[in-house]
Amino acid sequence: MVIKYPRNGRFGRFGGQFVPETLMPAVRELERAYLRYRRERRFVEELNVLLRSYAGRPTPLYFAPNMTKHAGGARIYLKREDLLHGGAHKINNTLGQCLLARKMGKRRVIAETGAGQHGVATAMAAAVLGLKAEVYMGAEDMERQKLNVFRMGLLGAEVHRVSTGSRTLKDAINEALRDWVTNLESTHYLIGSAVGPHPYPVMVRDFQSVIGQEIRSQMLRETGRLPNAVVACVGGGSNAIGSFHPFVGDKHVELYGVEAGGEGKGKNAAPLLEGREGVLHGMLTYLLQDSEGQVRETRSISAGLDYPGVGPEHAYLKEKGRAKYVAVSDKHALRAFQLLSRLEGIIPALESAHAVAYATELAKSMKKDDTVVVTLSGRGDKDVHVVARMTGVEI
Amino acid sequence: MSKIKEAFERIGGGGALVAYVMGGDPDPETSSRVIEAVERGGADIIEIGIPFSDPIADGKTIQEAGVRALKSGTKPEDVLEIASCVKVPVVLMTYYNIVHSQGLTRFLERARDKGVDGLVIPDLPLEETEEYRRAARELGVDAILLASPATQVRRMKEIAMKTSGFLYLVSLYGVTGQRAELASGIGKLIQFAKRFTNGRIPLCVGFGISKPEHVLRVVEKGAEGAIVGSAIVDRVALLAHGKEEVLQEVELYVHSLKEAARKGFRKRELRKPS
Repeated sequence: MVIKYPRNGRFGRFGGQFVPETLMPAVRELERAYLRYRRERRFVEELNVLLRSYAGRPTPLYFAPNMTKHAGGARIYLKREDLLHGGAHKINNTLGQCLLARKMGKRRVIAETGAGQHGVATAMAAAVLGLKAEVYMGAEDMERQKLNVFRMGLLGAEVHRVSTGSRTLKDAINEALRDWVTNLESTHYLIGSAVGPHPYPVMVRDFQSVIGQEIRSQMLRETGRLPNAVVACVGGGSNAIGSFHPFVGDKHVELYGVEAGGEGKGKNAAPLLEGREGVLHGMLTYLLQDSEGQVRETRSISAGLDYPGVGPEHAYLKEKGRAKYVAVSDKHALRAFQLLSRLEGIIPALESAHAVAYATELAKSMKKDDTVVVTLSGRGDKDVHVVARMTGVEI
Repeated sequence: MSKIKEAFERIGGGGALVAYVMGGDPDPETSSRVIEAVERGGADIIEIGIPFSDPIADGKTIQEAGVRALKSGTKPEDVLEIASCVKVPVVLMTYYNIVHSQGLTRFLERARDKGVDGLVIPDLPLEETEEYRRAARELGVDAILLASPATQVRRMKEIAMKTSGFLYLVSLYGVTGQRAELASGIGKLIQFAKRFTNGRIPLCVGFGISKPEHVLRVVEKGAEGAIVGSAIVDRVALLAHGKEEVLQEVELYVHSLKEAARKGFRKRELRKPS
């Protein structure tokens, strides 16, 4: 069940390369470069130095005593990706891809962003590695996340407003793909999640797997055994697949992916639960779509989970029954956001709050000496405006 | 013999005009009248788009046409109905999710029953086409494959071997849409592709072909046909604002494109050593 590298670009039947002919040489070139550099000692060392001294790895694994007591069941641990430079796990991937882009001789990177976290992480990695960054962002999201738009500008990135379609993340990806097809020679498309045509899903997973590898060794050091469960939120699914991958072979470690339940049926961003198989952004995966195959608009309190598709490896793990996928509503995520802030003094990103909410419920149903690790994919500073508005406070 | 192949033979193997319109733009009923105008104008093959929510290979013009079509409630089924009334050969253009959503075979069967002659799916590269080509062949629908300036020798050879109906050569790096000038090196690109299509299958050039002089040039350079989309769709966009005279303008414009294709073909024939 552990797929180290999908040679034909497929996880089971999911994945593939559904891109225009013009992009085929580009995804092939990227695959060749990735296969070469991921094994090259100099590349791996260079990346490790950046992850350690620039991004702040390894991140702590924190035992959350108050949340544990509150849940009254299993011991709850938090993997603190929120402490990374930029405030989210995104930098693990952007450093990896920017370094690869530089090796490939590309001087320009483009990226899409929803909440702006991937855009900021791209701008940071591009700045430190001397690349030009341009970021596509939906007009709607630019309104919601003004602060991150300004941050990207400070970091030297150019932000392009996307006013087509639903004016959110999926349209930003469409626009980035259109840019890429026009500027293949000079440009690397830096996808921010474990989605897109092969080799993106496996490459992003590998760059994010540092999360799961650290969880593994930290848990062994701390408790002498592997956790009983690992819980992470799933939009495109990069922090989740990075957390899960090193445990897929350990049958007794349960894996839980938490999708955005939004406001309920038909008003969410939960393709693994409410979608059906389809093709979008270069991959065959679960997709929220209508009966004709038009991609549905999504709804979630967290911009980072607001995506109608999901990484193909999650579709595969769901089908194989190796990981379980659940949904948490806006309301419950908001409650977990407040709870973790008060009980542990940690303000989580609204995305991560979905995972915290489910993990708390899960812990309740488990034994006292069981352990649950929750990946805290990002910090919540970017969300305080949304939360204030939702709770009726003006700031 | 497929109707597409017949069409090329009828016009003597060259100078075909393939005209693209978005099905259901601005609404299904008006769309049928647009297509009638395109037929009167003399298009040899009509390519009809089925609108999709996420058209990654299309520029602004066709994106907006898709939005208009979807807003007026156009379903893939409506586009098939529109297609069934066309007398010249019809090619459908849509993204793979629309096809996959109904099931590949079912979609192809429905299309064939409505008189569709071929299919263009821009997000289905060669590697993903095996099942599609087999199903299309069995049903007698042409699976038209695309090649582009990024396509290297071995791939070009394979695509030219495996496409049916014609080879759709994308003229440039980029998405659909009007351009002031043809891509530089278009002549070389056509000659390169011709090495693999000559005597086997017609070659049609699309993306950025927006003016009669572009059509003339690509045909003169050796293409059997030119595909014009956004330039027509931009005129249809005016219809959305209730300008009825646009229908006649579309007809005249298509006519001028077809004339240019003829002229390009004549020029090419004259240059041939007899």
